[in-house]
Amino acid sequence: MNIELEELAKEFGTERALHPVSLFIPSGALVALLGPSGSGKTTLLRILAGLEFPTSGRVRFDGGDATGLSVQDRRAGFVFQHYALFRHMTVFENVAYGLRARRRTERPTEAEIGRRVTRLLDLIQLPDIGARYPNQLSGGQRQRVALARALAIEPRMLLLDEPFGALDAKVRKELRQGLREIHDTTGLTTVFVTHDQEEAMELADLVVVMSMGRIEQVGKPAEIRAKPATEFVRTFTAA
Amino acid sequence: MSDIVLSRPVPVTTEPQLARALLVGLAVLFAALFLFAPLATVFAEALAEGWQGAIAALSLPDAQAAIRMTLSIAAIAVPLNAVFGIAAAWAIAKFDFRGKAFLITLIDLPFSVSPVVAGLMLVLLFGANSSFGAWLMAHDIRIVFAFPGIVLATLFVTFPFVARELIPVMIEQGRTEEEAALTLGASGWRTFFTVTLPNIRWALLYGVLLCNARAMGEFGAVAVVSGKIRGETATMPTMIEMFFNEYLSVAAFTLAAVLAMLALLTLLLKSLLEWRHADLLAATRRH
Repeated sequence: MNIELEELAKEFGTERALHPVSLFIPSGALVALLGPSGSGKTTLLRILAGLEFPTSGRVRFDGGDATGLSVQDRRAGFVFQHYALFRHMTVFENVAYGLRARRRTERPTEAEIGRRVTRLLDLIQLPDIGARYPNQLSGGQRQRVALARALAIEPRMLLLDEPFGALDAKVRKELRQGLREIHDTTGLTTVFVTHDQEEAMELADLVVVMSMGRIEQVGKPAEIRAKPATEFVRTFTAA
Repeated sequence: MSDIVLSRPVPVTTEPQLARALLVGLAVLFAALFLFAPLATVFAEALAEGWQGAIAALSLPDAQAAIRMTLSIAAIAVPLNAVFGIAAAWAIAKFDFRGKAFLITLIDLPFSVSPVVAGLMLVLLFGANSSFGAWLMAHDIRIVFAFPGIVLATLFVTFPFVARELIPVMIEQGRTEEEAALTLGASGWRTFFTVTLPNIRWALLYGVLLCNARAMGEFGAVAVVSGKIRGETATMPTMIEMFFNEYLSVAAFTLAAVLAMLALLTLLLKSLLEWRHADLLAATRRH
């Protein structure tokens, strides 16, 4: 599914989090929103998910207007910064949550839910942790469970907020590879937020550099390195 | 080099034996003197004339009416305040709106107003001397010196307990788990029942138990509003006072023992629940 943003702006009270920005994300792309804190990248991601609504502008999914579409109807798989796993549920129940939340007529049978959860736990290469609780997992395992939970709803796109922020360097490298593989297998349009330019350049097909609520440059990692559009992009990506 | 001691035999946070014994002893002594001894006295006085005396006291119609009254009040006031408390805590913890500080102050109001004053306010508001009270009288609706007034007084006095327990817990937990549930397609109600409520259940339970203990034990506000009519509006605490003033000490202490037992029962219930769910509690506790 492709995503199109038209003159999207967001204000919190008198504060402008996002100046009118426009962006086209082609179907199946792996996109990084790169910028320092306060650049509006998380706000943009949350608007895509339907967790915030823009003050003005339009969001289109495959050309159709999705600006007012509720968070439930967007079917966006969202991985939160600190994963937001349900503490009181086992890993199995966490992953099954989105399937159980469906309307009765669309809800899979209990056996089918079991099969799907097992398949997802295999996909994240943690087949044996279904019975554990989130706080019995390491940071990297939690991140992967959050990913499996987001994939369980058969999302139309995958959105990740600083997915590697809370992990140590070695685990981060492994999970980057993991995300790349999952993206390539599922073919989902994927957008992730990061403040780490190395991560954005290494992982993404398309990098969107943001600063102070504006998009500074959109391009392939090599293009951005070779031809930074503004002084900000040059200094930020050189860091 | 060999005489260097590499590790201390005890952890640095451990106090000397004597200090530990002293602290534990002091705590036990204090609890025994100020908590256990008075409670034991109540039970001893209740049984001063043996079990027959206590049973006879409990079969007095006035005592039975008081017990029924107190239990019905708690049965109405506690669920209502649980719902109000959850709603208020939810609003304060999860949303930003104008007048939030004012709402928090308002919730604390019953803690700072003396219960007697609270009772008096209700009498003035709903009593025959106010125009609203006169209107109610004209329509044959009795609030003051009747059951509704006592329920209102109890609701007022016990309002903060549930909300006060929940607000810090809900603020600490933030909204991301709820947001996660929404992105997974859950409706608002489903999110509340499957994510919010399980996360606050221990704080809620504790708030409800405190609220219940106070609802059954409230004296001041209820004494003013109820008019203490025997067999009609007298609750357990007000009936205990009346028995005591009439030198019916066995009756007074027996009723007091029953009230204390109700409180102990709620505490026991809480411990039992915590013990049964110890595994889950340990597993779901935050780092």
